[in-house]
Amino acid sequence: MSEIIEPIDKLEPIEDIGGVAQPLLRVDGLTKHFPVRGAWFGAAKTVRAVDDVSFSIAKGETVGIVGESGCGKSTTARLLMHLMPRNAGDIIYDGRQVGRELSLRELRRGMQMVFQDSYASLNPRLTIEESIAFGPKVHGMADAASRHLARELLGKVGLRPENFANRYPHEISGGQRQRVNIARALALSPRLVILDEAVSALDKSVEAQVLNLLVDLKREFGLTYLFISHDLNVVRYISDRVLVMYLGEVVELGPVDSVWDQPAHPYTQALLAAMPSSDPDNRTQVPPISGDPPNPIDPPAGCRFHTRCPFAEPLCGGATPKLTELDGLGHQAACYMAIPGSGHSRAPAARDLHSEAPALS
Amino acid sequence: MSAITELALQAAPAGPARGYWATVGRRVVRDKVSIACAVILLAIFLSALLAPWLGLADPYHGSMIRRLKPIGTTNYPLGTDELGRDMLARLIYGGRLSLLIGILPVILAFMIGTSLGLIAGYVGGKVNTAIMRTIDVFYAFPSVLLAIAISGALGAGITNSIVSLTVVFMPQITRVAESVTTGVRNMDFVEAARASGADAFTIMRVHMLGNVLGPIFVYATGLISVSMILAAGLSFLGLGTKPPEPEWGLMLNTLRTAIYVNPWVAALPGAMIFAVSICFNLLSDGMRSAMDIRN
Amino acid sequence: MFTYIVRRIVYVIPIVISVALVCFMLVHITPGDPLVAILPADASQELAAQLRTAYGFDRPLPVQFGLWLWKAVHGDLGHSIATGRPVLTEVMRAVGNTVTLAIAAAIIGFSFGLLFGLLAGYFRDTWIDKVATSIAIAGVSVPHYWLGMVLVIIFSVQLSWLPAVGAGPGGSGQWGWDWEHMKYLVLPAITTSVIPMGIVTRTVRALTGDILSQDFVEALRAKGLRETHVFRHVIKNAAPTAMAVMGLQLGYMLGGSILIETVFSWPGSGLLLNSAIFQRDLPLLQGTILVLALFFVFLNLVVDIAQASIDPRIKRG
Repeated sequence: MSEIIEPIDKLEPIEDIGGVAQPLLRVDGLTKHFPVRGAWFGAAKTVRAVDDVSFSIAKGETVGIVGESGCGKSTTARLLMHLMPRNAGDIIYDGRQVGRELSLRELRRGMQMVFQDSYASLNPRLTIEESIAFGPKVHGMADAASRHLARELLGKVGLRPENFANRYPHEISGGQRQRVNIARALALSPRLVILDEAVSALDKSVEAQVLNLLVDLKREFGLTYLFISHDLNVVRYISDRVLVMYLGEVVELGPVDSVWDQPAHPYTQALLAAMPSSDPDNRTQVPPISGDPPNPIDPPAGCRFHTRCPFAEPLCGGATPKLTELDGLGHQAACYMAIPGSGHSRAPAARDLHSEAPALS
Repeated sequence: MSAITELALQAAPAGPARGYWATVGRRVVRDKVSIACAVILLAIFLSALLAPWLGLADPYHGSMIRRLKPIGTTNYPLGTDELGRDMLARLIYGGRLSLLIGILPVILAFMIGTSLGLIAGYVGGKVNTAIMRTIDVFYAFPSVLLAIAISGALGAGITNSIVSLTVVFMPQITRVAESVTTGVRNMDFVEAARASGADAFTIMRVHMLGNVLGPIFVYATGLISVSMILAAGLSFLGLGTKPPEPEWGLMLNTLRTAIYVNPWVAALPGAMIFAVSICFNLLSDGMRSAMDIRN
Repeated sequence: MFTYIVRRIVYVIPIVISVALVCFMLVHITPGDPLVAILPADASQELAAQLRTAYGFDRPLPVQFGLWLWKAVHGDLGHSIATGRPVLTEVMRAVGNTVTLAIAAAIIGFSFGLLFGLLAGYFRDTWIDKVATSIAIAGVSVPHYWLGMVLVIIFSVQLSWLPAVGAGPGGSGQWGWDWEHMKYLVLPAITTSVIPMGIVTRTVRALTGDILSQDFVEALRAKGLRETHVFRHVIKNAAPTAMAVMGLQLGYMLGGSILIETVFSWPGSGLLLNSAIFQRDLPLLQGTILVLALFFVFLNLVVDIAQASIDPRIKRG
């Protein structure tokens, strides 16, 4: 740090600006293309890891992102955290555009992330206390105060500070490490926490404990979560709303119960059908998904799912279907079968279904 | 279940908390071979350093009538060389220059190579390409040939020999430093540090250096072994130290003609090089396996 | 695979040019005027100026490099100051002897290295492993020029079994593969072989140990495969890396022979380099280093391509 900052004893959380009505995070047209080296003398190609993704997260809400590996979930998380440059798109935090009204440094305070690999995300040479205290110190907190905060947070995540503060990451279990990572994320008093497969690597029993901890912490600190996982059960348990991603695009989004009970996109249906269910009445009859996802270097034209979709019609290979509102309650899908009057044989007739439905935010 | 009641579930790890380096240190100390090597090296270092106070004969003073006495001669426990100088004194004094020209190039190469490798690995992109492609050019030469080429062109002398060996080892350390840095840079904890808003310099200082220096240091320790052999080799060829300085490689050279008269005295300086070289190699191996503590 | 080969070959071009640049610059990092090396001590001013123009030393460095490179590409590396003969002729004659020595050393070093490495890896943590790794670490730590002296002391001075120096009757010109000549090769070849022996042992030991600890070996054993068959799988998996290491070692032996050739007065490229250095024969020094480095670059190229073609895991498109 070039300037000398007087050490402070307390980090004030980023203030709430727009009130409850304003989404905490709005993402508009987020796009990330990775250049891939082409074959010899071949044209340079790009992987469309994240392609024109838009969504918003309300204050106090938990939004889940699901999808197969390689669908762009983690890239989305890293783009939101500004850990890699994006090709296009706006990220608006509490009404303030990041980079203009809100500096990157302030955003770091307002938005934190927990990674999947609990071991790799802790510096093996630092004690747990030092790892947690690092962030607050970067933001100008005095050494003693930041260590005190670290110990306090250890208690909040269920680890006795006197037993754990001076430990090193290799000395504690995976579940305990993930608790440390959560404490580290909370140390900057963020309002939004991105959990990127944060419980996926844990044993089932430990996973349940950490999930409960997350629920408790959310209540205690008034947090908002973006919860990324490939585990549909876990996402349903913790999320209020869910985004389904396929090959870098959002194909369906909506309240989690609505999406689970009435999946509109055949990809979502296939995902849910592939999920082992303990309830025999709840099984869908849609054939499970077949084949691997197409190569993201050369995504199919039109609807990206049409190469694997049992209901694909010539129309699907043409223009890309847009996310369309289904019920006026925020359930949207990008599938011609769900768009009235789209021309797909299974599409509902063209009529303005929900013009009188009350608009809920 | 609230977070507080869960406290009871979190079993504390057994044993006292121990940092990474404390653990590595304990493991090295428990390794008998490493300790033996460290003791031998320390003895050679100290005797070379304290040579003037050890009551040895003058390493420069010779006598034509005492030439090439065998090992075990009274007053000359290790015999005398081709000019009648005491071998014991010359071997101990010889450690001063030999260790200097063997170790200094690695230290210099460590400093330059680590800096370049850290920059290349952390910054990445075009900077990485520029540094690493330049380094590739040095890899087009076998290291002995490169050392000889530079020394041969610069001419004989201690400084030139140190310069040429630094040039030889710098690319190797740069490569190791770059690959270790790139590996650490892509770890999630560096991402997490960036996500907390730390600037590049702070991340480098707090999160990178501690994880990167260890492996590079171990590699450099192993290189000292090669460097000792090469540095003495340059002197052996007449490209390093000049007579009458006592230096193991040069002594080996001047005693070459004596192998028909007093072969085992002639072989002594080489045994010193061998001892130092093998000790550094074993020490490097010991440290490497001690540092490999995954859980 | 084809694109990999093409790309790898294209990549050699800037390396070769850079190597040539380094060799060219060697003459220019020498202290003082490069002309001094060519000029007789009592030369007149006019002669100096005349020679300066003749050798092109009065032109800008890039131009000099271009001219030098142009000639070098056409096989003209200048003339030796000491003998007046073309540098290329001198170097190629000497390189032949170095190749003989390197191949003999490779046969010894690689055979023992493979043997010790496989044994050590297979019987990990037994006394066999300990003996083999000790030999290996001694091999990579020994100052080989000193080992050469010790061997001479034992086998030439004390026992008088083998000659100490030279390349046999008639010198290098009349080399033959009979005992009269071969006995001159024994000691230098053994001396040269210890470093590759040590490195191959360590590499193969690590590879064998890694492969044996992998799950698929357990699966093979569980299937009831005999140990000889398991062993065949080990060899198959270790071969690409081991071959790459051996190829590199062969290159080091060719390029790093100066110390051993000096000890044994073996008339190869190393001895030539030695005399070039001490006679300040700069064109010869430059030419020898260029030829040896190019040898090394092309050997690396061959090794890389060979490794890529036998290793199914490397798919470099």
